[in-house]
Amino acid sequence: MHIVVCIKQVPDSAQIRVHPVTNTIMRQGVPAIVNPYDLFSLEEALRLKDKFGGKVTVICMGPPQAEEALRKCVSFGADDAVLVTDRAFAGADTLATSYALAAAIRKLNSEQKVDMVFTGKQTIDGDTAQVGPGIAKRMGLQLLTYVSRIVETDLEAGTITVERRGEGGVQILKTALPCLITMLENTNEMRFASLPSMIHAAAYQVRKWNKDDAGIEDISKIGLKGSPTVVSRVFGPTPRSEKAEMVNLEASSLRDISLNLLQSIFTVHPTLEQDLVEKFSA
Amino acid sequence: MSEAKPALKPAGRGRNLELSEELKAYKGVWVFIEHERGHAHSVSWELLGEGRKLADQLGSPLCGVVLGGPDENLDEFAKEAHTFGADHVYIMRDTVLNGYRNEPFTKGLTDLVNKYKPEIVLLGATSQGRDLAGSVATTLLTGLTADCTELAIDPNTRALAATRPTFGGSLLCTIMTLAYRPQMATIRPRVMAMPRADAERTGTVSEDALGLIETNIVTKLLDFIADANSNKINLPYADVIVSGGKGLKNPDNFKLVFDLARVLGGEVGATRPCVQAGWVEADRQVGQTGKTVRPKLYIAAGISGAIQHRVGMEASDVIVAINTDPNAPIFDFAHYGIVGNAMQVLPALTQAFQAHIDQRIKRVA
Amino acid sequence: MSKKDFDVIVVGAGPSGNAAAYTAAKAGLKVLQIERGEYPGSKNVQGAILYADALERIIPDFRDDAPLERHIIEQRMWVLDDASFVGSHFRSEDYNKPPYNRYTIIRAQFDKWFSSKVREAGALLICETTVQELIMDGSEVVGVRCDREAGDVFADVVILADGVNSTLARKAGFHGEIKANNVALAVKEILFMPEELIQQRFNIKDEEGVVIEMVGKITDGMMGTGFLYTNKDSLTIGIGCMLSDFKKNENKTSPYTLLEQLKQHPSVAPLIQGGEMKEYCAHLIPEGGFFAVPKVYGNGWMIVGDSGGFVNAVHREGSNLAMTTGRLAAETVINAKAAGKEFNESTLKAYQKALDESFVMKDLKKYRDMPKVFHENPQFFTTYPELLNKAARTMVTVDNIDKKTKEREIFSSFKTARTFSGLVGDAFKLWRAFR
Repeated sequence: MHIVVCIKQVPDSAQIRVHPVTNTIMRQGVPAIVNPYDLFSLEEALRLKDKFGGKVTVICMGPPQAEEALRKCVSFGADDAVLVTDRAFAGADTLATSYALAAAIRKLNSEQKVDMVFTGKQTIDGDTAQVGPGIAKRMGLQLLTYVSRIVETDLEAGTITVERRGEGGVQILKTALPCLITMLENTNEMRFASLPSMIHAAAYQVRKWNKDDAGIEDISKIGLKGSPTVVSRVFGPTPRSEKAEMVNLEASSLRDISLNLLQSIFTVHPTLEQDLVEKFSA
Repeated sequence: MSEAKPALKPAGRGRNLELSEELKAYKGVWVFIEHERGHAHSVSWELLGEGRKLADQLGSPLCGVVLGGPDENLDEFAKEAHTFGADHVYIMRDTVLNGYRNEPFTKGLTDLVNKYKPEIVLLGATSQGRDLAGSVATTLLTGLTADCTELAIDPNTRALAATRPTFGGSLLCTIMTLAYRPQMATIRPRVMAMPRADAERTGTVSEDALGLIETNIVTKLLDFIADANSNKINLPYADVIVSGGKGLKNPDNFKLVFDLARVLGGEVGATRPCVQAGWVEADRQVGQTGKTVRPKLYIAAGISGAIQHRVGMEASDVIVAINTDPNAPIFDFAHYGIVGNAMQVLPALTQAFQAHIDQRIKRVA
Repeated sequence: MSKKDFDVIVVGAGPSGNAAAYTAAKAGLKVLQIERGEYPGSKNVQGAILYADALERIIPDFRDDAPLERHIIEQRMWVLDDASFVGSHFRSEDYNKPPYNRYTIIRAQFDKWFSSKVREAGALLICETTVQELIMDGSEVVGVRCDREAGDVFADVVILADGVNSTLARKAGFHGEIKANNVALAVKEILFMPEELIQQRFNIKDEEGVVIEMVGKITDGMMGTGFLYTNKDSLTIGIGCMLSDFKKNENKTSPYTLLEQLKQHPSVAPLIQGGEMKEYCAHLIPEGGFFAVPKVYGNGWMIVGDSGGFVNAVHREGSNLAMTTGRLAAETVINAKAAGKEFNESTLKAYQKALDESFVMKDLKKYRDMPKVFHENPQFFTTYPELLNKAARTMVTVDNIDKKTKEREIFSSFKTARTFSGLVGDAFKLWRAFR
């Protein structure tokens, strides 16, 4: 069995701050991490490998430093890692990215037949959740998003049954391999790498593919050129003009403050008081 | 594993920013009407409200699109769509569309788009909407902007300017699809306000055939298991939310948040760090990677107000913030601020609210 | 010959660890570097001055791609009273002639760069892994045990570069507990400020930089110093005192309070006005000097950097000693391997010899009494700064009083404060401490 997991290296958005003077993103010193959502997909792929044997390849389209992220995945147990990196990919939106990754995965498929592709649910920097569906469409793979659990995998019959989260409930879907799955977060917990795995990953030679190695046929479909969406403006959120009306705790007792606050709120929003009264009188 | 066939080849080489004549002919603002087992998702109506504004600016019709099975109440959904502002609703009715699946829904929506050529297609950023939008956009080889918080029409180009948060909400960016059609966007529930329904309003409908048979569809929908209703947390549509953050120091203190929420008849929300620490269920997370809410009253206890949380709740009518740090960013956008210990303030507020409402009820009675 | 996975294991990826790992790997040794933080430098804090000489001896062409902020052309020494200071400045155009001697750096970026060099040189680095203990075979260190599954790894030599909070050597019984009067607790903030504003305020242009070292009333009677450095588009301001002094302090002044007071000092506040706080951190700094340096080598092990107490507090030099000791330790291993020797205590003694012959031990030895002298004589941090400032004020103010009277006034103020014998005693102590 051969599973391909697509990952992305992202800045740890929890640590990102906006430069107070220039209003741009301060990326320096912000550690780059493997997109956390990708790890749930990787762990699921590794579990399937544990169960059925075979190989897990991690692939990433990114700048040279994304090699670190791939290495991290190798330390968790991925067997092979490919970094698809080329200046020509720069500026790609999700359509151009799915084109490039689909081509690269087809290349991997020609080396060894790919049974499943996993991607993360979304990235914490782009948040679009579009690349997984995009790859599936381009490769003609059955798409299973927001999977909360893989119920059964039958390699003989070439089928897979999953639970998929929908609004208000869970769908049970069964489809044929090869398929593309995006895992929901918190569906599993990534294993701890052993020391030998860490050392193996530190020494691992990540394969690097430029656009030709990745089998890109039409360069007008990658990078900025292949991106229908155009970013016309990036800006910091405008601070609100009026700050909060601050309630002074020292001035009076907590009880008085609460009552006064209530009065203020209800004076400004009489309907709110009305709604609450109605609700509790009923 | 084959390359998908594009519906329309965009003109020219290189980075194309010019709309071809053929694509200029695309007209109409479409909203995908999502439904599940007899109920339409409110986000569909929120998008119709927003879509109406866009359609009016463009002088284009506003249309709903609903796909479903023959036994589902699609006609009712269409009528409801009219009351929320749709001029016309496209319906596709087929047994294979009973229950959402990617393949038939993608074909259905894609075929409709290719036949009727809308300039804008909006979908809710739900699990169904995002699954469908990504597949349709890739099939049509057009631009898709996800999780938009604001939509506008650029007066110069008549193009859709879609604004969305980026880098976890630290920044905003405006994205446009200039040279491709349709321009697609997904919007989260509760980001747009629910419009008023005009019961008198009517519109037109039309039906198209899907042209897919069950045997040709690979993915089978075996079952749907509804969530247990008793534990249902409906954060996005709550009118009152009391939220707790890491400033509460330990999970036991969340009891105070629950107490106040109960007195106010509201829901309990939380920040991402609290959910990650396992203090409350993930469904309670408000923010960039959680739910977007717009209650009448939002009380934030022990929450610093980092941008990732802010983008999920700043549309609330009244925001009351309680924090021991006078420099906490939340005080920059809250309406009322209390610099104090939430563990003391919350119970005091609970008592005060309880007493006040009891009094008011006595008066009414 | 016990089993071995690597020639050298370096515990820690701070400046001393990187220096050791780089030097060893460059010479073709098989090196494993183990860092407990998420990434190299994540656990490091430094005021952030890079001493070029020490790094040049390891990576001669570091200036090509190392992230450097400003090269220092001016050093200011201030002795502060409550609302004034007496200072001396040294600024020289010579410092504007490359190659530059000192730079301000931002630790997070610098460590990342240094670590990439280490890996380029062929060393293997693993992060988020903590070495829990040394693996002993009798009295010989043969490897380390980590907090991961199958966590034992073996090498000829283990170089401990695990910082001021090091517990490994202590656990193995190589030395005792860090005493509170052998460390200082320092806090610092990085404040954002536009480049042009920094250049205007500090009278510098382009990439020139200024360093201000401060002593005096700012440390509330405790033994310590403050500092202010100019980076490209930010300022670093910090202050630190002996940990034992913080514990004894009557007012229970916290390091953070000291920093806030420093920032508000009338001579300091105008310099940092308008700066936006970007980062705040605190760390322990070894301050024990010569007498606090433990045994730093043994059968199959050596200690480098802060974990060996290699900090010259008087001149605020730590990272250059760290890098130098790291380099010397690696060179000891390289030489021993080339000569086919066993890596036992008598072989590794060459490391101690190299240290003694270098500026590292020579400087520490020179200032060996300094910690004790300053610790036992708080008047250097309170009375003298006051007296100096008052004296300066008296002489500088132009009024009706004649200069001779002023001089007498100054002398008598000193005598009153310290008595004549006290003054002589203080002078003697200072002389002894500095010689």
